[in-house]
Amino acid sequence: MAVFLARRLVQAVLILLGVAAITFLLLYYLPADPAVLIAGRSATPQMVAAIRHELGLDQPLVMQFLHYVGSLLHGDLGRSYTQKTEVLPLILARLPATLVLMAAGIVVEVALGLTFGIIAAVWRGGFVDRSIMMLSFVGVSSPQFVVALLLLYVFAATLGWFPMSGFGTARHVVLPALTLGVLGAGWYARMVRSAMIEVLRQDYVRTAHAKGLSGRRVVLSHALPNALLPIIAMVGIDIGQFMSGVVVVEAVYGWPGIGQLAWQAIQQVDVPIIMGVTLVSALAIVLGNLLADFVAPFVDPRIRSQ
Amino acid sequence: MNKFAKRISMVALLATSALVPAKLAFADTPTNGGDIIVTYKDDIATLDPAVGYDWQNWSMINALFSRLVDYTPGTTELGPALADSYDVSDDGKIYTFKLHSGVKFTNGREVTAADVKWSIERAVNPKTQGPGAGFFHSIVGADKMTAGTADTLEGITAIDDHTVKFTLSQPDATFLNVLALNFASVVPKEAVEAANGDFGKHPVGSGAFTLKEWTIGQRLVFQKNPDYFIKDRPHVDSFTVEVGQEPLVALLRLQKGEVDIAGDGIPPAKYLEMKKSAEFEGMIVDRQQLETSYVTLNTQVKPFDNAKVRQAVNMAINKDRIVRIINGRATPASQVLPPLMPGYDQAYKGYAYDPEKAKALLAEAGLKDGFSTQIYTSNTDPQPRITQAIQQDLAAIGVKAEIKAVANPNVIAAGGTQGQAPMVWSGGLGWIADFPDPSDFYGPILGCGSAVAGGWNWSWYCNKDIDARGQAADAMPVPAKAEERNKAWAQIFTDIQTNDAPWIPVFNERRVVAKSKRMGGPDEIYIDPTRVIDYEAIYVNK
Amino acid sequence: MRVLRELVRRPSALFGLIVVAIVLLAALFAPWIVHFSPDNQLTDGLSLEGAPLPPSGEHLFGTDTLGRDLFSRVLFGARTSLIIGLVANGVAVAIGLLVGLLAGYLRGAIGNLLMRFTDLMMAFPALLLAIALAALLKPSLWIVAMVIALVNWVQVARIVYTETRGLVERDFIVAERSLGAGNGRIIFLHILPHLMPTAIVWGTLGIATTVLLEATLSFLGIGVQPPQPSWGNIIFESQSYFQDAPWLVFIPGAIILATALSFNLIGDALRDILDPTQRGRL
Repeated sequence: MAVFLARRLVQAVLILLGVAAITFLLLYYLPADPAVLIAGRSATPQMVAAIRHELGLDQPLVMQFLHYVGSLLHGDLGRSYTQKTEVLPLILARLPATLVLMAAGIVVEVALGLTFGIIAAVWRGGFVDRSIMMLSFVGVSSPQFVVALLLLYVFAATLGWFPMSGFGTARHVVLPALTLGVLGAGWYARMVRSAMIEVLRQDYVRTAHAKGLSGRRVVLSHALPNALLPIIAMVGIDIGQFMSGVVVVEAVYGWPGIGQLAWQAIQQVDVPIIMGVTLVSALAIVLGNLLADFVAPFVDPRIRSQ
Repeated sequence: MNKFAKRISMVALLATSALVPAKLAFADTPTNGGDIIVTYKDDIATLDPAVGYDWQNWSMINALFSRLVDYTPGTTELGPALADSYDVSDDGKIYTFKLHSGVKFTNGREVTAADVKWSIERAVNPKTQGPGAGFFHSIVGADKMTAGTADTLEGITAIDDHTVKFTLSQPDATFLNVLALNFASVVPKEAVEAANGDFGKHPVGSGAFTLKEWTIGQRLVFQKNPDYFIKDRPHVDSFTVEVGQEPLVALLRLQKGEVDIAGDGIPPAKYLEMKKSAEFEGMIVDRQQLETSYVTLNTQVKPFDNAKVRQAVNMAINKDRIVRIINGRATPASQVLPPLMPGYDQAYKGYAYDPEKAKALLAEAGLKDGFSTQIYTSNTDPQPRITQAIQQDLAAIGVKAEIKAVANPNVIAAGGTQGQAPMVWSGGLGWIADFPDPSDFYGPILGCGSAVAGGWNWSWYCNKDIDARGQAADAMPVPAKAEERNKAWAQIFTDIQTNDAPWIPVFNERRVVAKSKRMGGPDEIYIDPTRVIDYEAIYVNK
Repeated sequence: MRVLRELVRRPSALFGLIVVAIVLLAALFAPWIVHFSPDNQLTDGLSLEGAPLPPSGEHLFGTDTLGRDLFSRVLFGARTSLIIGLVANGVAVAIGLLVGLLAGYLRGAIGNLLMRFTDLMMAFPALLLAIALAALLKPSLWIVAMVIALVNWVQVARIVYTETRGLVERDFIVAERSLGAGNGRIIFLHILPHLMPTAIVWGTLGIATTVLLEATLSFLGIGVQPPQPSWGNIIFESQSYFQDAPWLVFIPGAIILATALSFNLIGDALRDILDPTQRGRL
């Protein structure tokens, strides 16, 4: 197991380097010139050139990249072009909010998804199953912005149960997490349902039934663990996706997460921030997937960890 | 013009500033006290006066720092600030300022002439990577500093602690306006050095407010500076800026009384509803600003290299309908300058909407069957919608324009690349004046000097005669020949449009801000022509 | 033929077939159905204040914020959105299935390599890729379809990989293998059928999400450009109007929902009909 983890961590570093290199290359070939954006409208070409020199953008691409990676190894993510400050504190300041929302969002998704998925699988084909299926499609095909605002109107503005905006207390996290849950639970419910149906048909489950085990025990102790496998993979994916920020949900609820930082940086071609956020979210994606692969054998002992 | 007369003019400026309370009195007298909340969607990038250049941080930086001269709140009139008086040499090249004594930075040290010199040098120095350097180009030595061959500006001398002298390489009628820009704010050297490259997050100035707290991604708290050198200002005890707030939600919070000023204004989707609702009466501030939204016609790209074609497309645009699409939040424009700008020509009507005449002109240019082209636009609402309206109008005269809706930096890159963008819709990137002077609408966006790679003259328009006339106008001493100078500029802009038509001026957009009912003061301090929001002047009604 | 007959016999599948048929026909015959061109900004398509008009006899679905007939835009938009929802999403699911299945079945060095490549693709910022491509290539429907396929297959691959890892250790696969069955036979006859439910879930829920994703990507400049309509960009353009002009958001939203749902109904039914082990069970 230790060997498995060690090897995967080394691979993770390689993946991060790869992501860094491709991102750097893409940003380099964007037509937008950060120096022009920084120099402003009154600048002469000489001033633009001076700023380009200050940022080191007049050096060859390879030198720029090596320089970036060099600083990275010292834990230095560079300085933002537009904010003129270190990138790392900017990201770290927003990390707690991102982590909280990620965790809460996944909890809501999984809770809703598991509950509805199991119910649908047990009563498959019936009215309940069809209603749940319908709901899961409604959730998945709704635009985030509209769902977020509707929840805000109802539960914050009209009923006043939750604050409209901000970060800090447990009550603040409810609506953003609920929005993510409503939008994403459909996937979980559908996956749980189909995996459960698949498992419920299998011989050992039928044997369990035949042995006279109660329906609920069969579902919970035999069928559910197997249905969990794809769920674990999906949680791994969501860890990564939510870490890179959920721009729309953050914007509607005034949530100080990484998504807004990334979005603004992309709009302004603030290369150091884009690179920093990309690396942090890439790290989360790699770790999320590693976690999923690591946990899988515990859920289904037949899977040997490689 | 002798020095004595100059002093008189400064006294006149003082007099105007003394008139201000009386002018504001028509509403009610400002009361002191109160803490208010302002919201913005975008995070605040920096509070460094040499770096900040967006319309969110502009007013905050303005309130944190002070400058030699400043505008009277809500107006475009210059008045004294850190400087009590100034003197201009007869050739218009030497400005000498006398500093108000006893003004202190919020770190307790007195503001001196040496600070003025150091602060402006910092703004010009390429190491600062600031967007303001270009404004100071007329100070002797600015070019050397840009080239990196000098660390100081020889054109600025601190004669004594309270006297500072500027030497210009050519007369510059807008020089006082430049000194009123945020970039000319005076900063204490020791605080900049102590911040170790992070002055934008730890600003220290001598302005009306100090920064008390900055929680990244959430809020900034600004507190009244009790030692502010202008008496009776500011009025509010503090203002808190909450960032990351979606405009629709900000309005909802405003309605609930959680927010006092929704800084991003009213999104198009909500505008009509709010305008009609009795509940929002007295909460909407809707005013003109120094802005023109336009389409650039690239004079170096076929067939826009033909003036007849440019005139033809000018006649093809139904500006009234475009204004209707944005719910009447603008007025159709006939010329480059916005109506509030000195030099705006009331009599000039521009090109009237006339598709038939446009087609005839195209035929004259040998393009009877029209042509295909491209129009670049910012991708944020409502810009792509406006561009689609323009596209339909162009189609009516046979011009097929393909829309390229891309992120702002890519629009800027396309506009600034020679021979690339035939047309650019400026909305969302529009030219809002840096200062209330017509020259600001020429040099950076229509002058030969800006028709370069990475420049902002997206028409790539360069007319040497006009350039010379512009220089002559800027050499006219102000305020002595202000009238004459404005007339010269007015003629320059109407000549450009009549003969060369490098733009389609489409509309002058008004700014809309929503504020809570308890906020007092006239509309013009919430949409100040030079400050955006005038935090120094706003107050809470008791 | 038997398949079709069985499909028609199931009420839910029949409903799905009818909806899909209507959508397809509407997309195909849009020019002959509508009274207004989808791009025509009608002079009387906006109120005097510039507000869009609600549904009426004249404009079945109302008008949008530029005064265009929404019914016409929705019909023409179906062309774009069906290609995205079916082709782009279909390709993504197919690639995901293939990569996940191979990695989970083969394991070892090749499997590891495939999954690390998947990680790399997943970790790569899709938005940035879109912006870069927008700057380098001429925007078109096929490029946005390609980007969607490129971005979305990774998630399917992750899940299929995890499921396959579980499947290969099952008794019946182990038994098959000990009986000397070839890899191809095991994969296609024994593993792939068990992955079909997952493929159907992703293939149909994905229709809805990719149709919306297309709007985001087009916004960044790589997809269909205005004024060409798609269901996604109709919603995206007007989503802040959802209170004042709800028809602009909820009508196309309901159509996306109905389309995705119908494909799911057909997919579920097809799977039951085609999979012999399932017959009579669901």
